[in-house]
Amino acid sequence: MKLALLAGCAAAVMSLATVGSALAADITGAGSTFIYPVFSKWADAYKAKTGNGLNYQSIGSGAGIKQVEAKTVTFGATDKPLSDDELTKNGLVQFPMIQGGIVPIFNIDGVKPGGLVLDAPTLAGIYQGKIKKWDDAAIKALNPSVTLPSAPIVVVHRADGSGTTFNFTNYLGQGSQDWSDNIGADTTVEWPTGVGAKGSDGVANTVKQTKGAIGYVEYAYAAQNSLAYADMKNAAGKVVEPSLDSFAAAASNADWKNAKNFNLVITNQPGDASWPIAASTWVLIHAQPSDAAAAGEALKFFDWAYKNGKDDAKALDYVAIPDSVVTLIEASWANITSGGKPVFAAQ
Amino acid sequence: MAVTTSTYAAQDSAGSAKARSVVLQDRIFFYMTVASAVLVVLVLVGVMVSLVIGAWPALSHSGLSFLWTERWSKKAQIFGALAPIYGTIVTSIIAMIIGIPVSFGIAIFLTELCPQALRRPIGVAVELLAGIPSIIYGLWGFFYLAPWLAQHFQPVFGVLANVPVVGALFVDSGSGLNLFTASLILAIMVLPFITSITRDVFQTVPTLLRESAYGMGMTTWEVVRSIVIPYSRVGLVGGVMLGLGRALGETMAVTFVIGNSHNISASLFDPATTISATIANEFAEADPGLFTASLLELGLVLSIITFIVLALAKWLLVRGEIK
Repeated sequence: MKLALLAGCAAAVMSLATVGSALAADITGAGSTFIYPVFSKWADAYKAKTGNGLNYQSIGSGAGIKQVEAKTVTFGATDKPLSDDELTKNGLVQFPMIQGGIVPIFNIDGVKPGGLVLDAPTLAGIYQGKIKKWDDAAIKALNPSVTLPSAPIVVVHRADGSGTTFNFTNYLGQGSQDWSDNIGADTTVEWPTGVGAKGSDGVANTVKQTKGAIGYVEYAYAAQNSLAYADMKNAAGKVVEPSLDSFAAAASNADWKNAKNFNLVITNQPGDASWPIAASTWVLIHAQPSDAAAAGEALKFFDWAYKNGKDDAKALDYVAIPDSVVTLIEASWANITSGGKPVFAAQ
Repeated sequence: MAVTTSTYAAQDSAGSAKARSVVLQDRIFFYMTVASAVLVVLVLVGVMVSLVIGAWPALSHSGLSFLWTERWSKKAQIFGALAPIYGTIVTSIIAMIIGIPVSFGIAIFLTELCPQALRRPIGVAVELLAGIPSIIYGLWGFFYLAPWLAQHFQPVFGVLANVPVVGALFVDSGSGLNLFTASLILAIMVLPFITSITRDVFQTVPTLLRESAYGMGMTTWEVVRSIVIPYSRVGLVGGVMLGLGRALGETMAVTFVIGNSHNISASLFDPATTISATIANEFAEADPGLFTASLLELGLVLSIITFIVLALAKWLLVRGEIK
């Protein structure tokens, strides 16, 4: 306890120190851990090119929202979009920055990675504790050729608040009315059953070491740690594998044009090739920034990242925002003003 | 003559100056110690006051029913502390049931039976155990102890699940992250605290008493039971309470292995949660308002539980001294 407190204090002091000593040219941001690997890779390339650095603290979406509201950072990043009311109340605007996928991972004796197919109602049944064994009729119906053991299912979920949980529970709600009515979609929910583990690595390791376990992590995490993930039956009724292509399909089929404030969760999107549990990370920034120069620098960095960061994102198993959506986003930047003038001037 | 007088006068004034500086020195020292003492009280009062202020929205919203509500739902905006309170108390009690006999065993071995050559190495090993940071216990518990228990220990006890009444205690959840694993980790963590205090108080038993008892033909067990333990009872209570205090507030190690579930279950092998684990997990992403206030109220409840334990310890000590 004491040690944790000390470590916490030390971390707080250190982060304060880095914020304090940051040069005026450094762009400051905080929030989502989901986007952190991409931001840090982009930041390296951007610094090499322009000399401007990015100081991004991956402290979680909720904490990022608090920091940008308090104006301690220029922008925040969140995996759960803010509602219109929340945006208006704090004078913020939001736009998607990156997309990726969330995959169910499992540990069943005798079933190979990718050898299991699930869909939204079944996954919701498992996470509600209604489907208790791997040889349940609902799972068997989706996997006629797989021999499933009569072993109990150990449900693993995140114990800490997380944007991954928000997107995952949002998806479960689309498979089960009961889930969306009683449990809902949020960064932390009232789990009816299961074991809570801290962080994606906690979930991954708990699943790895527990026979009969099922969990969910970001695809990038599953791919880099070669975890056994399941295929999903999507909204079009087709079985899809998690891959950059199926995430990109979900992203391109999403109707961003008609989403006010880019408030669109891209789970269960139409299209034969769409991965159903796709997720986005949004950037939050003040519509009337008190430091117009800093906001301008941040937008310049985002503009650069949209246009030049696609390969870096791909290398990390993330999906860049499609060009058509980038055009919509950059058009929306006209609303970010200082003294009546837009902060960002397209080059 | 005049010279001597003036010398005396000079000596006198030098003496009184010295006396004055001594008085001043003492006064400064006095105020410094007072300031230190006041600081402690201020910090304590400050923490409690800020906890109450922070928890006020939750306190005024649900009042005392906070203590016996099991639901913890952000969606329904119902926050109840029953599951964390239950987990905190049960894990600590089980840790004590496992930890106290083992600690006493080590202490008795070290003071009564251990060959002189082994005393120091074992004593040092116990103290080193106290120096291991809790996160290390957490990682070890998560990666090694929990999977091992899940594979080799729980299935053995899981057989008892079919026994009526007590069977409910042993229903296997299939995962090693549960109430029992957390209790076991806590038992290991409190071991060095209880052991080192117990050993020290056992050593305060006068050799005269001990030797006379042995001289009268008492066995080691009889000496420990009738002489050593009654003589050092007060210190033992202190040691146990110190261990209990540590077990109640332990955060990191417990968060790793308890399974973090707000559903209360009869089984020892089901996931649970504690007050400090809930705060550690949920504080970063908690929305301002009732959620954050409820977490602060949990902190307040933990402080009060710890305060009750300490008060109980003091009371037992005072009662012990009067007897």
